[in-house]
Amino acid sequence: MTYIQEKVTSTGGLTSHLVQTDKFKTNTLLLQFRAPLEEATVTKRALLSYVLKSATAKSPTSQELQSRLDYLYGATLSSALSKKGEQHIITFVMTIANERFLSNEQELLKQALSLLGELVFDPLIDEHAFDSKTVDKEKRALKARIQSIYDDKMRYASQRLIDEMCENEPFHLHTYGYEKDLDNVTPTDLFEYYMKMINEDAVDLFMIGQIDEEKILPELEHIFPFTKRVEKLGGIQNQDTIIPDQERVIKESQPIEQGKLNLGFRTNVRLGDPLYYASQVFNGLFGAFPHSKLFMNVREKNSLAYYCSSSYESFKGFIIVMSGIEFSNYEKARTIIIEQLSEIQNGAFSEHDMSLTKALLKNSILESLDNPFSIADILYQQVASKVQFTIEEFIDGIENVTTEEIIEVANQTKLDTTYFLQGAVKTN
Amino acid sequence: MKKHYFSQLDETIFFHTLDNGLKVYMLPKQSNKTFATFTTQYGSIDNTFKPLNQEKVVTVPDGIAHFLEHKMFEKPDGTDVFHDFGEQGASANAFTSFNRTAYLFSSTSNVDKNLNTLIDFVQTPAWTDESVEKEKGIIGQEIRMYDDNPDWRLFFGLIENMYHHHPIKIDIAGTVESISHITKDLLLDCYHTFYHPSNMILFVTGPIDPEHIIHLIEENQKKKDYSNKKAIEHVFPDEPRQVAKSESILHMAVQTPKCLIGFKEPKPYRSGKELMKHEIAVNLLLELMFGRGTEQYKTLIDEGLIDESFSFEYTEEYGFGFSAIGGNTEQPKQLKQRLKEMVINFKNGTIDTKSFDNARRKRMGSILRSLNSLDYIANQFTRYKFNQMDLFELIPELEKLTTDDLKQTLHEHFSEEGFTSCTILKK
Repeated sequence: MTYIQEKVTSTGGLTSHLVQTDKFKTNTLLLQFRAPLEEATVTKRALLSYVLKSATAKSPTSQELQSRLDYLYGATLSSALSKKGEQHIITFVMTIANERFLSNEQELLKQALSLLGELVFDPLIDEHAFDSKTVDKEKRALKARIQSIYDDKMRYASQRLIDEMCENEPFHLHTYGYEKDLDNVTPTDLFEYYMKMINEDAVDLFMIGQIDEEKILPELEHIFPFTKRVEKLGGIQNQDTIIPDQERVIKESQPIEQGKLNLGFRTNVRLGDPLYYASQVFNGLFGAFPHSKLFMNVREKNSLAYYCSSSYESFKGFIIVMSGIEFSNYEKARTIIIEQLSEIQNGAFSEHDMSLTKALLKNSILESLDNPFSIADILYQQVASKVQFTIEEFIDGIENVTTEEIIEVANQTKLDTTYFLQGAVKTN
Repeated sequence: MKKHYFSQLDETIFFHTLDNGLKVYMLPKQSNKTFATFTTQYGSIDNTFKPLNQEKVVTVPDGIAHFLEHKMFEKPDGTDVFHDFGEQGASANAFTSFNRTAYLFSSTSNVDKNLNTLIDFVQTPAWTDESVEKEKGIIGQEIRMYDDNPDWRLFFGLIENMYHHHPIKIDIAGTVESISHITKDLLLDCYHTFYHPSNMILFVTGPIDPEHIIHLIEENQKKKDYSNKKAIEHVFPDEPRQVAKSESILHMAVQTPKCLIGFKEPKPYRSGKELMKHEIAVNLLLELMFGRGTEQYKTLIDEGLIDESFSFEYTEEYGFGFSAIGGNTEQPKQLKQRLKEMVINFKNGTIDTKSFDNARRKRMGSILRSLNSLDYIANQFTRYKFNQMDLFELIPELEKLTTDDLKQTLHEHFSEEGFTSCTILKK
């Protein structure tokens, strides 16, 4: 049995990925645009993702567009911004009811696809510029979005760690762009950039659900007339190995109740590298699960935190630790976190810990196949990295990881930056 | 064992009540994972009651239901059950709400073992004085985490404004001070009173065989003695219809102020079809008033009073209910005023059938979408059952609803005396 039934086809500049499954009550569509993550374009792209989903020539206001969606049994339309390593991705997402579960409805999927095409190819424009009212409105929305990060202290701390740690790499760039650059983008600039994006970005469409292939596939080239293009994006390889020469510590104060202590480590092991699977298992032992060293020691043994976990950023080769602690426990918590890494470096983990970690990693990838967005993400990760693997290969890869490999990854893991968001500092 | 086929959704529910009163529901699905929840009808609001086999009604410290949830994971040998689940390739979790505590696991292998582990750990209290003390530090940090979360503080601020006495106004995790009074024995009193199988629902969904599952559960329960079944004696204070406070303001480390308005439900004592109909009605009214396709939403955006964080919701359980509307705003005062005006205008207008039909369609799509998730189904199915409702009857019930049904709810729920607001400003 294969876990994902994917059918890939190319028409012009579009690569479509069709995943046939009857697990879901709705069909899910994702249209993804990929370009290098660059300072000059990041804010424009962010704004474009807002402007395009806000109006079309046919539905010149958000309200009109929304009522069309409501009429299609509450189809949802949203856009999202993300990065895979140093690639900036705009995703338009639609979900639409599978008409099988509704009385007397037909062809909801085709209507949804057409609407998605309309969004991208028939936007609300005025000569060679986007409609200025729409642009102003969406600038406000994006600005509010950028500002809201400050109010979510966990996200803010994560963002600040990457700002500092990746100062000299494009990866530090915020996917939602920068407030300071937003005011300068004119409706004409935006239109110019839009033309570039439509003609040059790598474009992938994911369709996940119960889909009538014979009916839908031939329609794609009409709905999405992307011209042929040469992909210039390099995937995941050819990144420099960065070994931190000294540990950096950044502290910041705000009038808050709990300290947010985040640590960024570099392993330099990325998706596709021989030690990739070992890095997954290493991260599992270190901090990804409730049996991991961070949870057991920072939380259970020392009662220092409610959450303390690590995650593996596999496009960059980072391990990022997050925790929330009492301000006064900074030194203690940081020391214990770093000690847990040494423990793994010294091989202080059992066969049993390892098999448990492997079982949970395997479980989590299999479980993710019950969610349409996770399916798309697993497939898109491969598109963006240019590293192919099947679910079966992933499971085997995890299974075959040895103790030595884990220690190798641990030894390669170096602390780069510590970021601590603390309370108001009292001066005495 | 009985079964019920819901033809429109093409889903079949199997159910059975065991001799000890435990209700088991099973939903076979063609998924990879199996997801199970074991839920007791006990949460933060159940703080005044007569403990099992005791004579006097007691009021327990705020946050104890949630504390108990944390301590359940401890095993008699001092290790925690996460390890057992991990060994069996399962991830486990739990959550506590106003009136439920749920324990859950999901796994793609060893389902039988995991199911036994789930039932056994929830049916084996094993905490010690020492481990209870230790947990206070961990939960203290969980409370601190929420203290810094402006959306949570805003939501709770709104609820606190609404209620004079009802324990819904207590924060689910309690406070650092209140949890300092929790002891091993108090936890046991709560446990024995509320964790009897007759007060619980076990829900299992995934690629399962219901006959096999029910047999496994019966075998598991046979080994345990649950003959001490007694009705739970709760005490809830009388709660006036009016709100306790008509507004409040909090100061936090935020860049953008936030404002939430809400209406307190005057008659939150429904169950079954009546509750379902009422919930659907309030949700549709909120959609008609403030949904993204409405004139009102457009006005609020154009006037710069809201951004995409704007949302609304309705919560009702036995004994309490409220709507909440709002989000981030640069002008909290004006937003509050505008929202209030819009509700009044809507009450004075008529509901047009086209908008009504659109709102209803939207709701249907959103119900179908949420049914994609096994986690959602398990949690919500249990919640509906505790309120004598059936999750899978939502769509047929929605189809039956008329604009006349909405009118009564509109005037009852959105009342002047039930109105309050909470605002967060920059510290």
